[in-house]
Amino acid sequence: MTSELLAALADYPPERIAAGMEAVSAREVRRALENPQPRPGHLLALLSPQAAPFLEEMAQMARQVTLRRFGRTMTLYAPLYLSNHCINHCTYCGFNAARDIPRRALSLAEALGQAEHLLSQGIRHLLLVTGEAPARYGLAEICEVVEALRPRVASLSVEIFPCDEGGYERLGQAGVDGLVLYQETYDRVRYRAFHPQGPKQDFTRRLEAMDAGARAGFRSLGVGALLGLTPHRIETFYLALHAAHLRKHHFQARLGVSFPRLRPVSSGTPTLHPVSNAELVQAIVAFRLLFPDAELVISTRESAPMRDRLMHLGVTRMSAGSRTSPGGYGPREEDAASGQFNTDDQRQIGQIAEAIRAAGLDVVTKDFDPAFLAVPGTGP
Amino acid sequence: MVSESASDSLIIAGQAFSSRLLMGTGKFSSPAVMAAALEASGSELVTVALRRVDLHDPNDSVLAALDCSRYRLLPNTSGARNAREAVRLAQLARAAGGHTWIKLEVTPDPDHLLPDPIETLEAARILVAEGFTVLPYINADPVLARRLEDVGCATVMPLGAPIGTSRGLKTRDQIALIIAQARVPVVVDAGLGLPSHAAEAMELGASAVLVNTAVAVAEDPQRMARAFRLGVEAGRQGFLAGAAPENPRAQASSPLTGFLRDSP
Repeated sequence: MTSELLAALADYPPERIAAGMEAVSAREVRRALENPQPRPGHLLALLSPQAAPFLEEMAQMARQVTLRRFGRTMTLYAPLYLSNHCINHCTYCGFNAARDIPRRALSLAEALGQAEHLLSQGIRHLLLVTGEAPARYGLAEICEVVEALRPRVASLSVEIFPCDEGGYERLGQAGVDGLVLYQETYDRVRYRAFHPQGPKQDFTRRLEAMDAGARAGFRSLGVGALLGLTPHRIETFYLALHAAHLRKHHFQARLGVSFPRLRPVSSGTPTLHPVSNAELVQAIVAFRLLFPDAELVISTRESAPMRDRLMHLGVTRMSAGSRTSPGGYGPREEDAASGQFNTDDQRQIGQIAEAIRAAGLDVVTKDFDPAFLAVPGTGP
Repeated sequence: MVSESASDSLIIAGQAFSSRLLMGTGKFSSPAVMAAALEASGSELVTVALRRVDLHDPNDSVLAALDCSRYRLLPNTSGARNAREAVRLAQLARAAGGHTWIKLEVTPDPDHLLPDPIETLEAARILVAEGFTVLPYINADPVLARRLEDVGCATVMPLGAPIGTSRGLKTRDQIALIIAQARVPVVVDAGLGLPSHAAEAMELGASAVLVNTAVAVAEDPQRMARAFRLGVEAGRQGFLAGAAPENPRAQASSPLTGFLRDSP
């Protein structure tokens, strides 16, 4: 199954995509806009610089599509970092094994305390995050947290190290309903440079994990590429191929697509291929037109003013009040330092909810029910 | 021919409703906007997604905005991917709030939300046996509608077009067949985008329609709710009035060949 995607990616080396986008005509953009489909020709057209003059039109269309499919709503979630132990050396990441930061894995009680902070503010969709160091913090620890949290939340997703199908089944049985796993970059050559050491070097293993998660029965599948690592138009083309692959093979899962723009970690790695606001918006609205029913996700990496604008441009899911380190929600101040990445929108959850309402949208904190899961204790 | 009278009520499972417009509660910009639209719609039967509300929480924002003395709540199982999940949701709704009326939705495809006929029939069979009043959302399939009636469903709710598309009565011919054979009320659910679509369904003989997206995402949801109310009423009156039959052939008021008969 994943081999099909690998073949599709291999079929489009970066130079072919760049040349294809260069050659796009205004007429081809126009034709793609008439009935956008996630096939290579339309991806090239809508993600290319040639579509820039159509940005306002695309934005208007994206807004209409989003209204029809999702209504006037915005779903909120928050990340809960469980451990920053990591054996990978991702050059862009704050948890890079070579970085000298305080390492910490939360105890079960600490994890529940962090969750309490979020639950008390109305958040019912949680994303559990760990680095990759299963020997120090692995499936057993994660499942323990999941089982304890499950009765209290509407939805639990994980953003952790890649697992095989059996591992994902174990998480599913504990009560996880969604999987988030970013490929970071789909450019295999560049991927190797950004992941010089550790199990994450294995590009294929990471790509296979999403299909394994889908087979294990997760109800939502979240993909993303770290925008700024590589030329973003090429990256979003690949990302769309992955999204189209998931739609085709796993029709029962809801697709989520994130658009994380690279932000400096504390040490300050410069962004190699900066993505402008207009370019980010073009990518988001193009995805909305190509994948009308996908959840499009924006994190607090983006600034408050930018997020307030993106609420009208196809985004349907936002994180709020995020802290990107284990224990970051307090009470120890030192835990809030040295996050995985710096957040920009620093507003409190309540302030973000207020901004959403001011934009004429209803804040959705619950859009799932534990009854969907065959979890002991939640069924009748 | 049914005569126009005060007794033209919609009867579902023995309960009478004077409104033939059912409303959904999703996609509104706020609970207050939803409440105003529901009031303008005149609806008495409103559906809430169990995935979105918390029946255990008295402060749930959607439930708090619904005046339950005016509306019968119809919890729906939206998001259920198979019979097992739908049944479990329904059982939890009954345990939490005493709800025994269920709008059965089994939609394994989160994109188009098209109903799974096999799982829907299975869930309906189980829920009816457990004493629920079951209102199943289905594709416009006349055979499936019969099967669901046979297992004891209180209505059938065929879609006019996929949910949220606002495309109108794309399944018109199939729905006409369902209406022609139905022994339970036929509620056209999903895909209606305009009051004229609702009127068309009612003229066709539908017992009621259910609307959500078209009202919730209108620029003025309250006004659109009122418009749907009027559309439903107009369509119902049109149906009851017995429309003049359509004549497929032209009848010219000045026949071209009349002179032949007039000639001696």
